[in-house]
Amino acid sequence: MSLWRYANPVEFMRLSGRILPVVTVLCAVCLATGLIWGFFFTPDDYQQGSTVKIIYLHVPSALMAINAWIMMLVASLIWFIRRHHVSALAARAAAPVGAVFTLVALLTGAIWGQPMWGTFWAWDPRLTSFLILFVFYLGYMALWEAVEDPEKVADLTAALCMVGSVFALLSRYAVLFWNQGLHQGASLSLDAEENVADVFYQPLLFCIAGFVLLFIALVLLRTRTEIRLRRLQALETRATPLAERAIG
Amino acid sequence: MRALLARELTLALRAGGGAAQGLVFFLIVVLLIPFGMGPEPEALSRVAPGTLWIAALLSCLMTLDRLFQTDFEDGSLDALALSPLPLEAITAIKALAHWLTTGLPLTIIAPLLALTLNLPSAAYPWLIASLAIGTPALSFLGAIGAALTLGLRRGGLLIGVLTLPLYIPTLIFGARTVTAAAEAQAPLPALALTAALTLAILALSPFATAAILRIQIR
Repeated sequence: MSLWRYANPVEFMRLSGRILPVVTVLCAVCLATGLIWGFFFTPDDYQQGSTVKIIYLHVPSALMAINAWIMMLVASLIWFIRRHHVSALAARAAAPVGAVFTLVALLTGAIWGQPMWGTFWAWDPRLTSFLILFVFYLGYMALWEAVEDPEKVADLTAALCMVGSVFALLSRYAVLFWNQGLHQGASLSLDAEENVADVFYQPLLFCIAGFVLLFIALVLLRTRTEIRLRRLQALETRATPLAERAIG
Repeated sequence: MRALLARELTLALRAGGGAAQGLVFFLIVVLLIPFGMGPEPEALSRVAPGTLWIAALLSCLMTLDRLFQTDFEDGSLDALALSPLPLEAITAIKALAHWLTTGLPLTIIAPLLALTLNLPSAAYPWLIASLAIGTPALSFLGAIGAALTLGLRRGGLLIGVLTLPLYIPTLIFGARTVTAAAEAQAPLPALALTAALTLAILALSPFATAAILRIQIR
């Protein structure tokens, strides 16, 4: 028994059907804990006031925006190498979720930026590279919509995902060359001295766990939908000639 | 290989003047900028490097859809894929021909248009150098986008959506070269980065393009 067993759509449906409710409940618990704790039971920051609390949405969604793309890259590679359709469909399912996380990160950042930096938007390297990432998500989704042949479109989008990964990363460092930053450093890192204060840190961890679980739940749900859609199409193509024969 | 290059160039130069249209488009985009920005020389000279580079990107993009489309439709792409030449070499030659008919002429007339935008005189050699070095990357990256959107009915818009984000690093370094020269800073680091990026793209992108074409004609 290996991991590849779950590349079989039937096995995948069975397993994902079983873990989806668990993940959903855990996600709801984590998000509720993190957000309620964060919004109502942490003090205001001495400089930023209560606006600091947007961190509980901003940081996890920004984190997941990048991780969603990485997950798509891994799924695309698996599709390219082992040609498991579930993998290609999972990459497709993850794209809109990742795009929405990117948008949430950009919007919450703008809402926070208006009182703090005095502007909704600045052409700061981090902000700019997030906007670029968002554009890559949009292009990837547009390509999925544009081609009809399911095998070909999976191949093409996987290729785009790989090329896009290189250029999204390249742009990330190219924009550093182009403009200096306004954005603060990393909120979380393994280097403990850089982290945000403990009061904010603990609920933030809950929120991050909640967003990770939310991503998993949404991707599982959307992948299941895609698989069912695929089955429906197969049934339809099989049924149409029969029906015509019955009439004739 | 030389025969293929000659064929591509002949096709580009004869068939409906595709190459000339790219240049005219470049001219028109530059012409539009003063209408949008106002005719003050100071304002224009500030935006001149960016304008010329973005106009170059756009006119390169406008001519991309012909790169593989006609060959794909009439079956010559299949014939080329079966030829002894590897598909990687074929895509590289096609991208090279695209550059020779769009990027190169555009580099040559760019200084004239820069004159109308009041670009400081110190920046001219750097403008020519950055376009000459940077535009091949645009053609080679464009080949990836052209391959991805091959055979699509509404490929024209999608090719821009897919290709333009790939142009960002080249645009940053290329335009920075000219801006630095115009502002009397050292333009060489940005030019060196443009060159490094172009070399990497020239070396690697034909493999991606060929892989995508193989998917398309499978």
